[in-house]
Amino acid sequence: MALQRNTGVAALRALPAVLPAARTFASQAGWFGHVPEAPRDPILGVTEKYLADANPLKMNLGVGAYRDDSGQPVVLKSVREAERRVAGSHFMEYLPIGGHRQFCEDSAKLAYGEDAGVVHGKQVAMIQSLSGTGSCRLFAEFQGRWMKGSKIYIPSPTWSNHHNIWRDAQVEEVIYPYYNKETKGLDFERMCDTLSKAPAGSVVLLHACAHNPTGVDPTREQWQELSKLMLEKRLFPCMDMAYQGFATGDCERDAQAVRIFLNDGHRLALSQSFAKNMGLYGQRVGCFSIVCEGPAEAKAVESQMKALARPMYSNPPLHGALLVHQILSDPELKQQWYGEVKEMADRIISMRTLLRQNLEALGSPHRCAGRLAWVSPCCCVCTSATRSCCGRMDEPWAGPTGSWAGHKRPLRRRSPRPAAGISSGQGAAPHSRLRTCPTCAKPAHPGRCPVLAPCVFRGPCHPTRIPARSWQHITDQIGMFCFTGITPEQVDRLTGEYSIYLTRNGRISMAGVNSGNVGRLAEAMHKVTSS
Amino acid sequence: MASVGVAATLAEPQRAAPVRAVGAARRLAAARPPAASRLDGVEMAPPDPILGVSEAFKRDTSADKLNLGVGAYRTEELQPYVLKVVRKAEERMLAANENKEYLPIEGLASFRKATVELLLGADSPTIKEGRVACLQSLSGTGSLRIGAAFIAKFMPGAVAFISRPTWGNHKNIFADTGVEWREYSYFDPETIGLDFEGMIADLEAAPEGSVVVLHGCAHNPTGVDPTKEQWAKIADVIIAKNLVPFFDVAYQGFATGSLEEDAFAPRYFAERSIEFAVAQSYSKNLGLYAERVGAISWVLNDAGAADRVLSQMKRIARAVYSNPPVHGARIVSEVVGNEEMFEEWKGEMDMMAGRIKAVRQELYDALVKLEPNKDWSFVTKQIGMFSFTGMSPAQCDNMTNKHHIYMTRDGRLSLAGLSSSKCQYLAEAMIDSIDNH
Repeated sequence: MALQRNTGVAALRALPAVLPAARTFASQAGWFGHVPEAPRDPILGVTEKYLADANPLKMNLGVGAYRDDSGQPVVLKSVREAERRVAGSHFMEYLPIGGHRQFCEDSAKLAYGEDAGVVHGKQVAMIQSLSGTGSCRLFAEFQGRWMKGSKIYIPSPTWSNHHNIWRDAQVEEVIYPYYNKETKGLDFERMCDTLSKAPAGSVVLLHACAHNPTGVDPTREQWQELSKLMLEKRLFPCMDMAYQGFATGDCERDAQAVRIFLNDGHRLALSQSFAKNMGLYGQRVGCFSIVCEGPAEAKAVESQMKALARPMYSNPPLHGALLVHQILSDPELKQQWYGEVKEMADRIISMRTLLRQNLEALGSPHRCAGRLAWVSPCCCVCTSATRSCCGRMDEPWAGPTGSWAGHKRPLRRRSPRPAAGISSGQGAAPHSRLRTCPTCAKPAHPGRCPVLAPCVFRGPCHPTRIPARSWQHITDQIGMFCFTGITPEQVDRLTGEYSIYLTRNGRISMAGVNSGNVGRLAEAMHKVTSS
Repeated sequence: MASVGVAATLAEPQRAAPVRAVGAARRLAAARPPAASRLDGVEMAPPDPILGVSEAFKRDTSADKLNLGVGAYRTEELQPYVLKVVRKAEERMLAANENKEYLPIEGLASFRKATVELLLGADSPTIKEGRVACLQSLSGTGSLRIGAAFIAKFMPGAVAFISRPTWGNHKNIFADTGVEWREYSYFDPETIGLDFEGMIADLEAAPEGSVVVLHGCAHNPTGVDPTKEQWAKIADVIIAKNLVPFFDVAYQGFATGSLEEDAFAPRYFAERSIEFAVAQSYSKNLGLYAERVGAISWVLNDAGAADRVLSQMKRIARAVYSNPPVHGARIVSEVVGNEEMFEEWKGEMDMMAGRIKAVRQELYDALVKLEPNKDWSFVTKQIGMFSFTGMSPAQCDNMTNKHHIYMTRDGRLSLAGLSSSKCQYLAEAMIDSIDNH
């Protein structure tokens, strides 16, 4: 497992020595002729291109901003009500450097628990921050100043801006494995293996829930195991919680990772954002907190957080904090908000289901979740020797018959593996597992029987090794994003041919999917992935 | 990134130290945190010299207390003031049911347009030719920070020259972005005016490519501004020595009461084709302190460079806060975009600046009456929100401890926090502190 070196710091140093050129004032180019165009931000740049597209059927699946089923931005009712209450009632004086204090306490309780000992015990250093980005940046700067020599362990993949933030704070990053491309799930083993080798005092960045971009979260048991591992290895958790409420629809449940770590006695840093769960994107409201040893340490740490914030922006913006505080401190409004968050999460979940159903109906190959090989497209007969079908095979095939559009190239033969459940004790000669082709009634042969996929000859394969085009991950993943597995080239086709905008890592924002466009999306995805 | 304060090394847990009990946190038997905290070495940071004053003021229970610390405008009744146009703008925004979507990284387009026009004039050729790169940012501080980070990245090795004295946060901003800062002479305590010769000499001695931080108007903390002729000379030196001005424009409208008049210096520099950066803030002139509204702009000689510079500033901002807050920007856009509201704003601006001029005069009169032999003319000569009294830290402490008057220890008084009725009290306290300490 190769640990990827961060070249960010090196890249900064590699900037051309600009001073001599810049000082030649005589040139018409002035001081900044040497300044190159910066690349567009991979996420926010998508929206820029989308806005410039004239196609009326265009879809923006780039940035994670929630849309309703008509594709419109949403301002929550609880937020509108909070706005009405707040309007005209406040002066606009500077907040203290640390921001709106009650807002911070409300946020901490939301994350750590209403009765959390660390909050009531004044053990939490916290300041209001500029949403998730601002919190992460403050922590990165804090790490650079007060945890000198420590590196940040960042999951692969992660929100692209994480790399920018720690690089600009001049903290070296190490990548740890997270997403398994083959299973489209969590590579927990390799993740723990890498982290267990991290030097004590390293900081580990964790997505508290609804991992961005993959939507793959550890299970409760995995979180518990990770927590113990990190305690044992003396690793410092930095949790990025941008989607509390958005993952399952339940704020308490979505905070389970934070609570597990807290209960295990971790000291940790937390970045909270209210951009998504309260729809306050443009208000830039968040909270940055560190759970400390005790009140004295919390005071000192908080003072240093403020020392970082003062030369960055002096004090945070007021409006968003007032809205959040209104909502979280009023029991009725808070309940209303809980309901609205659940609604948003539920709509996303239903879109996931719809998208997957649409894709599978289009003929994208159906794969059994069990230990089987391929399904014959003409009659849904499981062709595996074990016949241990999971039961999904009962659904009638709705796709096209005839040539297997998805697999023009024969798949490479691998050495046969003895899979559990196979009754034979015989040698693993592939042909012994041939079934009879239902069309020609002879032993199935890839050249002659077009209805069968070539890899049936491998017999029961380890399901993870089959490069199947399954869309199960769409409903397995959680949160706003779906990590589709679509390649950058296929993404370019989606954008170029269908005006569907998403980030090149294949991440789509499910929030941008609605009942009106899911059909077109599925068709486009099917087309670009099957040719 | 240069660090301010003592850097802590990674604390290795001490085997011998006992595990500390921590509040009511429950722990599983098998899992225990390290014995000593890795954040043990984090020292208590000192309170901010300016914003810390307000915190101390709040704790004071005396009936006579007066907050002349932070530069935030107060009415005669010493209440914070939300401009009428701002309230109107907010009402409109509420009625329009606008959404709360992310702004683009560079901010609200209508805001940026209005802001650049406010600075350079609506008919400025610089704007028409697309030679201004403007990024909405977090008021003055945030704008300075993005500008400084840009300088650190694209003008590595450049030194930033800040006036002696200057707003306390300037040096922190440059320090935290890793830009070396030095001072140039500015304030002459003898004349309580501008040490123009010293300033010019220091600028002439600055290395080529240095950045020079200039206050656009109403210098903070001194209230001493160059005259128009002096600005011309400064521009001469900047051109001759290849220096890069960085204007801090936090008080446009507060110096003379006229938004146009107060923009003289940056407009003049633009006319002379000098390339410069400028940080603008709407905290004071629109009273939007809390909403963090401002912009960082580069005025350049080439439109292509302006586009590229903007793209790089966006990249920097993306890793600090992603995109700027929308609320304040919309207010500005409403006010400046509507002719009636813009006129109304100008009126309120005039009123605020006028009130400060009036209390300056009253304070002067009170001081002269109490001690006619001293020269108190600096009170009325100085411009903007502040009075730079020349008081020593000890004298300032006396003001606070004995008279419950809160100010910054560099001798700066914020006259925006002074009411007519308190002028006498202030004058007495000042004389007591100066004469007896």
